[in-house]
Amino acid sequence: MIPLSWYLILAAALFCIGLFGVLGRRNAIAILMGIELMLNAVNINLVAFWRYRAAEGIAGQAFAIIVFAVAAAEVAVGLALIISIYRRRNSVVADDINLMKG
Amino acid sequence: MTPVQLIFLAVAAVTLAAALMVVLTRNLIHAALWLIVTLFGVAVFYVLLNAGFFAVVQVVVYIGAIAILFIFAAMLTRRVMQDTGPQLNAGSWLAGLVAVLSFGGLVAVLSQWPGFSSQAAALPEGADPLVQLGTALVSPDAYVLPFELASVLLVAAMIGAITVSLEKKP
Repeated sequence: MIPLSWYLILAAALFCIGLFGVLGRRNAIAILMGIELMLNAVNINLVAFWRYRAAEGIAGQAFAIIVFAVAAAEVAVGLALIISIYRRRNSVVADDINLMKG
Repeated sequence: MTPVQLIFLAVAAVTLAAALMVVLTRNLIHAALWLIVTLFGVAVFYVLLNAGFFAVVQVVVYIGAIAILFIFAAMLTRRVMQDTGPQLNAGSWLAGLVAVLSFGGLVAVLSQWPGFSSQAAALPEGADPLVQLGTALVSPDAYVLPFELASVLLVAAMIGAITVSLEKKP
């Protein structure tokens, strides 16, 4: 059978790829995609820990369901903000969005 | 090598390669399509973890809603960032370094944990995890409050998204 370590290493790799996307991409939509990858990695970890460590309880699955809901809310608000900024400033490059810069 | 392990390794390779394409490809639409491949791979892992309900939710919510939302957003903002010009910012080598270092750090920390290579115990007999989850989500002494809060959060996010992206008519 598959040991827990495989899932943990896979989730760590997926998380770090998402981290690179968040830190390295210029396009704000691509940054949001990186955040989605990171949330998916966290969800794999939650479900894997539920299956391997606490399969008799249900807390891990309930936690993962909440993460799904938060991810959906986050991406809806994030894309709405990006489209609104695009309308006003005609740009989706994260470096150009510096209204709050002193 | 059991067949399940081979399936895991194959799906893991596809998932990680697709995730790399998401962050590295120049064309944003292609990145969204690679994101769909990654999300399908994650759904397969839920199946391997005996959480079939999560695989269904992953396909319906992530692929059916979130990925399509990404494709729409990429199409709506297509004119400004054509496929020419750099897609990575000036500090992207630093981002790569941070990502590699944090992967190494995570694996190093995790490998010292005694339960790192534990095997899955058999699922408890006679208890369907899906029934348990459904009961727990609406039971007052379990997770009904977080569940309702998540509903309120989704409604608030929906109203907020409409308000933010509404075009102001003069």
